[in-house]
Amino acid sequence: MESGKNYVYGVFDQEEALLSAVQKVRESDVKIDECYTPYPVHGLDDALGYKRSRISVAAFMFGLTGTILAFTMMIYMMGIDWPMIIGGKDHIAIPSFVPVGFEVTVLLAAFGMVGTFFVISNLKPYGKPKTFDIRSTDDKHIMAIDLANNKKSVAELNEILKSSGASEVNEKKF
Amino acid sequence: MAEEKFEFTSKAKRTLSIVAIVGVVLLGLGTYFASNSGHHEGGEHAEEMHDGAIMAQDAEGAHVTEDADQDHFEGPAHAEEAHAEDGHGEGHGEHAGNPSWLKRIYASLWINNMYFVGLALLGVFFVAIQYVSQAGWSAALIRIPMSFSSWLPIGGVLTLIIFLVGGHDIFHWTHEYLYDTSSPMYDPIIAGKEGYLNTPFFIGRMVVYFVVWYLMFRWIRSKSLEEDMNGGTAYFKKLRNISAGFIVFFAVTSSTSAWDWILSIDTHWFSTMFGWYVFASWWVTALAAITLVTVLLKEAGYLKVVNTGVLHDLGKFVFAFSIFWTYIWFSQFMLIYYSNIPEETVYFIERMTSDHYSIVFFVNLILNFFFPFLVFMPRDSKRHTVFLKIVTIVVLIGHWFDFYLMVTPGVMKEDGGFGFLEIGMAMLFGVAFLFVALRSLAKLPLVAKNHPMLEEAKHHHVF
Repeated sequence: MESGKNYVYGVFDQEEALLSAVQKVRESDVKIDECYTPYPVHGLDDALGYKRSRISVAAFMFGLTGTILAFTMMIYMMGIDWPMIIGGKDHIAIPSFVPVGFEVTVLLAAFGMVGTFFVISNLKPYGKPKTFDIRSTDDKHIMAIDLANNKKSVAELNEILKSSGASEVNEKKF
Repeated sequence: MAEEKFEFTSKAKRTLSIVAIVGVVLLGLGTYFASNSGHHEGGEHAEEMHDGAIMAQDAEGAHVTEDADQDHFEGPAHAEEAHAEDGHGEGHGEHAGNPSWLKRIYASLWINNMYFVGLALLGVFFVAIQYVSQAGWSAALIRIPMSFSSWLPIGGVLTLIIFLVGGHDIFHWTHEYLYDTSSPMYDPIIAGKEGYLNTPFFIGRMVVYFVVWYLMFRWIRSKSLEEDMNGGTAYFKKLRNISAGFIVFFAVTSSTSAWDWILSIDTHWFSTMFGWYVFASWWVTALAAITLVTVLLKEAGYLKVVNTGVLHDLGKFVFAFSIFWTYIWFSQFMLIYYSNIPEETVYFIERMTSDHYSIVFFVNLILNFFFPFLVFMPRDSKRHTVFLKIVTIVVLIGHWFDFYLMVTPGVMKEDGGFGFLEIGMAMLFGVAFLFVALRSLAKLPLVAKNHPMLEEAKHHHVF
């Protein structure tokens, strides 16, 4: 093993090969770090054993924050800080606040979800994304294995990946 | 695949008959109470109405003055006008009409008739939408909305009969004297609408709607049956074309029928959102009913091909269109609230600030928006039959109240009520509708077995 290389990755030509390999590799007690594919592969999440994303819960929380923020803001501005009569309505005219409340809810839910996605995907300014192999943006499927999470040696992993259908196996450092 | 057929068992028929009998008893009791308490309540009512009138007067102060400014408005006509709007039945012989309990029966008939005609009509619409959008997910359950539509001819006949019998009590505009310039009751606003709102044209439109809707439905149904027997994609393409034609006709008639049958009850009032509002209410009702029937059939051991993904999508449909209905509701309310024009606000004043209807007004929003919105938001609740059943039943009841709120205040003014009469009538209609729909469901194979998208429906998978 060359010093410093901490990832082993297999390259697969077909999505079917990747899907069956994910199963075989997991069965031989190897923890897969992540798979990189040029397009969404149907059933890959299940094969990797990923749990359902909880982004919907985050979306609800962001949305609720937006609703509360919008109504607090409008009630404070229009009702307390600088009461104004608009269209002969009460100072705090809830029905007229609904459209703004709705818009802020949607805005915060959308921004919040995009922000959450950036954070969990490690997409930050000057951040360097893990690109194992540039071909995974074209026609190859990559399965990456973190050596720190596995007790197996590089040679063993190499053997497992090859036998489960990888067309080539490489190492990389991040 | 073995042909799956729904069996309308004698046990189910017996249960329905028992519900029908209970409905008749409740209806009878309700009518008895309503007709007997008339005198007794009269005194209370007069006072109540007096208060109501003062409130309405306050709220509509601008309205009255503005109307008085229009000099073509004759004095007596205006007095009658204000009276009618404030909900006073007394004081003008011609107008008193039938006793209040009979009006209540007509109103109740009309509510249920509209509700179930909507279910039947939107059943065809559901099928048409599936074909036009070439939807695969729903291929296994299109026979359910088709069975609803068998109610169309009965609903059509009932609509005509109720209009002919109770038209004067339900629709203020049907009175001849409103159009007679020499009559003290002459109403220039209603007379101005005579070109559209006159009895011959009204009945003509009604007949055209029902005949075309029903013929197009029969056409769709027969092609679907031929497809069952012969197979091949030619039927699918043909059905797609018929469905497209139906949707074009429906796009216009769903709005015009809503104006005719519901909006014209409050003859002076108008709302450009109304056609859509009624459509939204009908559509959610139909989606909830389709979901409920699918879930119940599945629990009874039928429809094995309908998987959790399809139920999930039905749940999403009900969730989404509950929000759509709320959006339309709010769009109508918000503009009227904000612009504050008396001719428009009267509709909401009659409902929101009334002793009888304000509860229903807010319950309507809770049942049809907050409840389905909050319960159906998490993914799992749309995939479990318990939640699907609870929410769809609540939504079905909620939209019944939506129609109650559209019809009753216009017909009954402040005399409306909700009791045994309304419950009994709804049960009777519900049983009749179910009887017709289930009998029709038992006639066709439950699954359109040669539907080209059936394979897709079987493997339908959603996240």
